[in-house]
Amino acid sequence: MQDNSEIQQDPQIEFVTLIAGGQSFCIEITQIREIRRWTPVTMLPHSPDHVLGVINLRGAVIPIIDLAAKLGFQPITPTERHVIIIVAISDRIVGLLVESVSAILGIRSSMVKETPRSSEDDAVKAIEGIIPQENDMTKIISLRSLLPSSGGIAA
Amino acid sequence: MDSAILDAFFEECEDLLAALAEGLSDMRDGATDAETVNAVFRAVHSIKGAAGAFSMQALVGFAHTFETVLDAVRSGNLETGDALLKVLQRAGDILSDLVEAEQTGTTVDPSHVTPVMAELEGFLGNKPAPEDDFSFDAVTLDFADGAEGNDYITQFKPTTAFYECGHDPLLLIQALADLGDIDVTCETSAIPELAEDFDISSGYLAWRVVVRNQTSDLAIREVFAFVEDLCDLTIELADTNPDIDLSEQQGYATKFTDPNPQSPANECPAPSRPQQAPAERRSSLRVDPERVDRLINAVGELIINQSVISQRIREANLPSSSDLFSDLDDYKLLAREIQEGVMAIRAQPVRPLFQRMLRIAREAAEATGKSVSIVTDGEMTEVDKTVVERLGDPLTHMIRNAIDHGIELPQARLDAGKSGTGTLRLSASQKSGNIVIEITDDGAGLNRPKIREIAIEKNLITATTQLTEQEVDHLLFAPGFSTASEVTNLSGRGVGMDVVKTAIVELGGKIGISSVTGQGTTFTISLPLTMAVMEGMVINVSGQTMVVPITSILETVRPASTDLAKIGIDGNLLRIRGDYVPIIDLGARLGHDQQDTPLTEKVLILIQTEAITQCALAVDDIFDQRQIVVKSMQGNYGEIAGISGATILGDGKIALIIDPESIAGVGPVPLSDSVAPIATQQEMRHAG
Repeated sequence: MQDNSEIQQDPQIEFVTLIAGGQSFCIEITQIREIRRWTPVTMLPHSPDHVLGVINLRGAVIPIIDLAAKLGFQPITPTERHVIIIVAISDRIVGLLVESVSAILGIRSSMVKETPRSSEDDAVKAIEGIIPQENDMTKIISLRSLLPSSGGIAA
Repeated sequence: MDSAILDAFFEECEDLLAALAEGLSDMRDGATDAETVNAVFRAVHSIKGAAGAFSMQALVGFAHTFETVLDAVRSGNLETGDALLKVLQRAGDILSDLVEAEQTGTTVDPSHVTPVMAELEGFLGNKPAPEDDFSFDAVTLDFADGAEGNDYITQFKPTTAFYECGHDPLLLIQALADLGDIDVTCETSAIPELAEDFDISSGYLAWRVVVRNQTSDLAIREVFAFVEDLCDLTIELADTNPDIDLSEQQGYATKFTDPNPQSPANECPAPSRPQQAPAERRSSLRVDPERVDRLINAVGELIINQSVISQRIREANLPSSSDLFSDLDDYKLLAREIQEGVMAIRAQPVRPLFQRMLRIAREAAEATGKSVSIVTDGEMTEVDKTVVERLGDPLTHMIRNAIDHGIELPQARLDAGKSGTGTLRLSASQKSGNIVIEITDDGAGLNRPKIREIAIEKNLITATTQLTEQEVDHLLFAPGFSTASEVTNLSGRGVGMDVVKTAIVELGGKIGISSVTGQGTTFTISLPLTMAVMEGMVINVSGQTMVVPITSILETVRPASTDLAKIGIDGNLLRIRGDYVPIIDLGARLGHDQQDTPLTEKVLILIQTEAITQCALAVDDIFDQRQIVVKSMQGNYGEIAGISGATILGDGKIALIIDPESIAGVGPVPLSDSVAPIATQQEMRHAG
């Protein structure tokens, strides 16, 4: 049993790491509902490029967003091998299309480093922190800043 | 305190408050008969009684004063003038605030409560006293602060249920003892002589308690407030002088507070009228809404499943003589019957909603210093529970708007040759598969030049844009539009009519305006009867399966080349029965890839909705007409121009549902997309 105060000050957080646009990102695990294979979508009219369409998830209509395109990378051409991460942002459920999901990462919150603000493209704006790893690092995606709640994704 | 009991209390309060509001509004309409006043009194009294049990002091204190005034009204000691009715209305509002505060664990600002309380007390203080001067008849004795008390004989025999609920007769007797001197006799004759007949869980005892020196039986009834249904209870005056007895019976009748018609006693010969109200109340069932929602979801899936099976069977190419087809039809009918039955569970009259609106209107009129009379119509129209719940905010906003912006100040009205009091009419009715709610004011009407000016200022239109009156009116619904030049306390809290429109559209409804300058404005909200299921035509547009709501379709046409005409560079018209209607290529409008299919190979769907004149949608194919389960897109995605929602088809794929109004370009014009729809409007005008 560990000291309570220590846990409070430095809680353990878990992330799911994923690859989008060839780079490593991660999403806090409590925001993720499930991970599924790519299935064909129903296209939406007048939608921005990063919105692929909607799918039927057990009776609910869920929009699917190309995470790579949303972050400003080259859009993904979806195949059977690609993965959809279903995430919950406030009351909304959204699917994020990514290239692959790698691992679950458990770290102490003190290990999260602040994002260096060198350039301000879309990918950097949506990152709320970085986690150094042995040879690499992974970037924490802030779903809230990526997909602001008001006005929906369509705007 | 057990939260289940508390919940039950608040649930009951809700019913009582509704009864109170209803009674007060009847009184305001001139119904001052004993029955109505009694219903109001009973509601306040029951709230007070129950609140007392939970020691909600603020609530009890206010309810007590309120009740005392009502008591004076029903005994005829207080004239029901306009001033009094107004105060009673406000007192009703405060009471519901207080209940709400108890429920949410907050407190009501005393500055709201105190003045009303003071006014109520004022009425009590100014109570005309002539009756007291004239005589000491029983009625006066009974209700006013008579100096002399009477003895009341209280007889009660608890039922088995009384004991099962854990009540104790001793506590009741002790409570009676607190009221004054009592004599208690216990009636033991009902106890069986043989031990083997004795059922230990039954109650065999009855008590007769004489309570001395009481001004009325009110306090005694309060003691029994919680067990009224659980025991045979009679309370009568001990004095049996025949003259007084007669009038006492009369007084009794008006004063009878027992809401349960079964329990009354033989000693009470004339209570039929006052009891009418509770007897009329239809018996109802309290069900956790979540259970109903689960049922509705399941029925939705059943409908989808039914269409899957139909599709599978059709694909199986069975001989058309097969019995399976008639069985399939039965299945379809049954599924539809279940669906209608389930939706009916959720149907509720709009009455409570309207009553809430009356209050909003009253407060708005008071705050703006305008004189407004509010009329409601069709209160018993039933709509889905969700609609009742979600219509509250939009209606509130629209009513505040109507009073704040629509109805003029009394002087301005008089100057315009109208009566100084404005009228706001709120009506609900059912019209061809839709619920129609109208909000009509007889105010100044929409100020169209000003709307135009603001729209230009806010870059919603350009200064040169030509718009019809109707199109100008619809600018009100554009996001970011607000006509109030300054933010008033009432409307103009940063949300505009676009929020109202969004809320209505989310419910699958439509909103329209009509306005005559100088005569007033009418907002018409039309909502589908059921939220979850609608009849739709399944079509193919550029390879995508989509659905058009049947309600907006007039007919479908496969055009011959002679039916088509060109207008301008890209415009096409359809000639139908001597009229020309514009053709909208649905695929192109939705931004799908354009194939150059000639119009003669397409199918035209002629549509008409409230806000638009006819137009024809060109689609590639029509598959089928069927019931679809509507799934909202708003929550997870947001509004899409031209699309009102989505549904899941038999094969599990999603089909989008077309919103004919916004496709035709009159609906909300999204800023990013504003060029195209305005072009359409012009197209349409050329066409017309």
